[in-house]
Amino acid sequence: MAAAEPLNTGIGDSVTRVEDSRFLRGLGNYVDDIVLPNQAYAVMVRSPHARATINGIDTSAAAAANGVLAVLTAADFSAYGGLPCGWQVHSKDGEPMTEPKHPILAEGAVRHVGDPVAIVIAQSKTLARKAAALVDVNYTDLPPMVDMQAAVADGAELVHSDTPSNVCFDWELGDEAAAEAAIASAAHVTRLELVNNRLVPNAMEPRSAIGDYNSATGEHTLYTTSQNPHVIRLLMGAFVLSLPEHKLRVVAPDVGGGFGSKIFHYAEEAIVTVASKLVGCPVKWTADRSEAFISDAHGRDHLTTVELALDDNGKFLALRANTLANMGAYLSTFAPAVPTYLHGTLLAGTYTTPAIYTNVKGVFTNTVAVDAYRGAGRPEASYLLERVVDLAAIETGIDPVELRRRNFIQPDAFPYDTPVALTYDTGNYQATLDLALERTDASGFEARKAESASRGKLRGRGLACYIEACGIAPSNIAGALGARAGLYEAATVRVNPTGSVTVLTGSHSHGQGHETTFAQVVSDTLGIPLDNVDIVHGDTGKVPFGMGTYGSRSIAVGGAALANALDKIVLKGRQIAAHLMEASADDVVFKDGQFSIDGTDKSVGFGDVALTAYVPHNFPLETLEPGLEETAFYDPKNFTFPAGAYICEVEIDKETGVIDIVDFHASDDFGNIINPMIVEGQVHGGVAQGVGQALMEGAVYDSNGQLVTGSYMDYCMPRADDLPNVTVSNHVTACTHNPLGVKGCGEAGAIGSPPAVVNAVINALGDFGVKHIDMPVTAHKVWSIMNAKNA
Amino acid sequence: MEAFNYRKAGSVDEALVALNGADDGKFLAGGMTLLPTMKQMLATPDTLVDLAGASELVGVSRDGDTIVVGAMTTHAAVASNSDVQAAIPALAALASGIGDPMVRNRGTIGGSIANADPAADYPAAVVGLNATVNTNKRSIAADDFFLDVFETALEEDELVVSVSFPIPLKAAYRKFPNPASRYAVVGVMVAQSAEGIRVAVTGAAASVFRADSFEQALSADFSAAALEGLSVDSDNLNEDIHASAAYRANLVGVMTKRAVAAC
Repeated sequence: MAAAEPLNTGIGDSVTRVEDSRFLRGLGNYVDDIVLPNQAYAVMVRSPHARATINGIDTSAAAAANGVLAVLTAADFSAYGGLPCGWQVHSKDGEPMTEPKHPILAEGAVRHVGDPVAIVIAQSKTLARKAAALVDVNYTDLPPMVDMQAAVADGAELVHSDTPSNVCFDWELGDEAAAEAAIASAAHVTRLELVNNRLVPNAMEPRSAIGDYNSATGEHTLYTTSQNPHVIRLLMGAFVLSLPEHKLRVVAPDVGGGFGSKIFHYAEEAIVTVASKLVGCPVKWTADRSEAFISDAHGRDHLTTVELALDDNGKFLALRANTLANMGAYLSTFAPAVPTYLHGTLLAGTYTTPAIYTNVKGVFTNTVAVDAYRGAGRPEASYLLERVVDLAAIETGIDPVELRRRNFIQPDAFPYDTPVALTYDTGNYQATLDLALERTDASGFEARKAESASRGKLRGRGLACYIEACGIAPSNIAGALGARAGLYEAATVRVNPTGSVTVLTGSHSHGQGHETTFAQVVSDTLGIPLDNVDIVHGDTGKVPFGMGTYGSRSIAVGGAALANALDKIVLKGRQIAAHLMEASADDVVFKDGQFSIDGTDKSVGFGDVALTAYVPHNFPLETLEPGLEETAFYDPKNFTFPAGAYICEVEIDKETGVIDIVDFHASDDFGNIINPMIVEGQVHGGVAQGVGQALMEGAVYDSNGQLVTGSYMDYCMPRADDLPNVTVSNHVTACTHNPLGVKGCGEAGAIGSPPAVVNAVINALGDFGVKHIDMPVTAHKVWSIMNAKNA
Repeated sequence: MEAFNYRKAGSVDEALVALNGADDGKFLAGGMTLLPTMKQMLATPDTLVDLAGASELVGVSRDGDTIVVGAMTTHAAVASNSDVQAAIPALAALASGIGDPMVRNRGTIGGSIANADPAADYPAAVVGLNATVNTNKRSIAADDFFLDVFETALEEDELVVSVSFPIPLKAAYRKFPNPASRYAVVGVMVAQSAEGIRVAVTGAAASVFRADSFEQALSADFSAAALEGLSVDSDNLNEDIHASAAYRANLVGVMTKRAVAAC
């Protein structure tokens, strides 16, 4: 038989994204595109105050306004619970974190600008908006707690009056005594205070939700902009509204970006679900951009003091980091996990530091809730570590590349147990560093610097060697650490009678390209064309179960579940093929879509096996069920640990302080790569967000708790022309504990790039003796430093 | 957005009649500021008088030593006009750097200067090039037109018809954009003409202003070096999260030098 044409749609092929055809033609189906018969529109009434008591709410004028169907306040939700927190952290004294109620609508008090107070439902959005202006809320304005240090000071006003303090938890990890001893006696200690700036996620698609109650069947359907519809079904159904799963379907169709902000269960989802039943028609709510700024969970917002102790040779002896982590006014779904188990556990970085201790206090403030945002804790860890290492290099006079090399975990040291609870399965940090140095012409830097100087520019070069942890796991360990959910993933492979394949995955694509990448895994395993594969996700009515997409877990956990389900398909296929070829299943091999018997010319195609499974006339019915559909639940044995080295070169305009990134290279170890083009795109996107954090973005509250950066007039989102031409390279050490050997790539760019950029700026400003500049490192800040020195 | 009456005027006269007939009417030019303001309910006029049909307000012409730009001429049209490019390339360049392509294809010079946003680009062109603003009632010298934040010399029923730009010997505009909004944190138009040197600064203060000391120095020696050691007083300059008054003062100096160098 002639060899089949290679498909070139398997693992390792840069297949163009199959989903882009519909997106580029405007044929995507986002929540706001969905228009249900007789649909009504909801507009939220939100608090204009950061902290106030509500003395009363007069809804009569709004309720009487043209086209209004209902005006709802907290009183209408008294039968339901508050919004749950999905992770319980314990303080160092063993006490569980303070968990004040997070009401669906404000109950007698508002705690941040944007806190939802009431909802107006009307026949059109315009009518709802007009009526919302008529809701008369009687507030008594109170002084807000905006600043974290003020919030933890003695006598601070309480964000939640029923809590003892504004400290949500006081968590620690590592060996405090060992770290103290090493720091006290070390030859050198580098100290740094730094801010990890608060970011607004700014997904391109604002959040939207439609509640649709079917009074005939008693079923609720919620269409929502979610990264994890099954999680929303579980949290909202079980904890908030007491709706059983079989009466609640959650659909997250095309979703236009999430970056973490669409993991969480938001009040609006519960509100439209309840409201649809109350008013007797579907109820849609869609945030406008201004609303997104004050209602989407924000990211980062840490205040950290870090100390790094070194011996005479530059070997790291100990690291100690004390952090205040802003929780905002309420605990968002995974907020407590972010600065603790996704942050403190990463403080070894790629280094052999023997003693590490960290203390993290979660702090309530009168600001929007803070939760996971691309990287979620790991960018904060990478930033503080790679900044203090760079500063240590300056202080000790050891070259920053050499200092890192002296402290790297060696390639033969894996599996490696860190002092902060993780076991790295594999890696080669020297290899990615070598690649990055080679690709950025390290030895040519001094000449480039001189050339920049000839044009009046200060050139700087910055390095960051990051590590991250993807795919939180395993479930039992996560549970012991406070997770209130499992962290496995599910996949069903449904082989249709004529050989096409439908995959039902619990992962969710909101831009990442699952419909291509996951299909490539199927194409590679089953030897069938990509056109014969559909990836179905985002609907609890179709997909058996899933935990969704966040923490760069899709391929490492969801892809692994898919691989295992495919293995089951192949196993059953071999049994069917063996029957057809009158052989033993043990002798049947499957390759390139053909089941064959080694050493013979006997062979049967995948399509024939599929057809036989559904038309089982010649089939071992006594030993095998008909049909060809398999499901796998995959619970990882460990996190995966992508790592890499990022190098940035900047030029600074001495007259204005403007920073221009003139070179950026990302060298990553993502394990095996399914689609190099998509992975490169993920790195580009991550770097864009990391550069945004480093140089441009920052949510600013004034002392009254008003968000000064509440629109794109003041919140500085990076644009294409702000960003460098990012080049990438890869070194592969395959993950040792999942079937695809993959690690995940979605967040790396946002984790590795901020310290690389800031290190480059500090390097460029070497003549000014500056130790540190907090992000965002704006032209204004840089000029002010240069100007002060010049003056 | 509140409901409003829409009147499309075919001429300046029709526009004035329509405006006078409304309780709370507004002229609609490109709508780049007015419509977003109305969407946010910050303005709720009962009538919009759309000037898009008044063809006498559209177009660029050269009249001897003057370029006349009709009030309803879009930024894109100014940027791409061959007469402007030939006679006052700095004006074409300024227009090509306003907002983004959508804004440049809708926004108009009349709308921009009548709005008098302190961070807009055109005020620097009008003052720096010593233009004359022609209205349905009179001609207003550039130096008398911009009064304060969003405040001009225009009366309630006065409509900008055109702006006349005398052709300078040379001119250049340099802008330091706000990294978020891309409006001018500081924008400086430097122009040299037979009447002398003008340095007009937008973005830095409540309204466009002339940097007198810079003009004097450049009159003696038209070079960037002549500005060494000079600075504008930061006392009356704007301050916000993006730029302190001191930073703005520095940027006025830097942008002026760069504009001079580009002349």
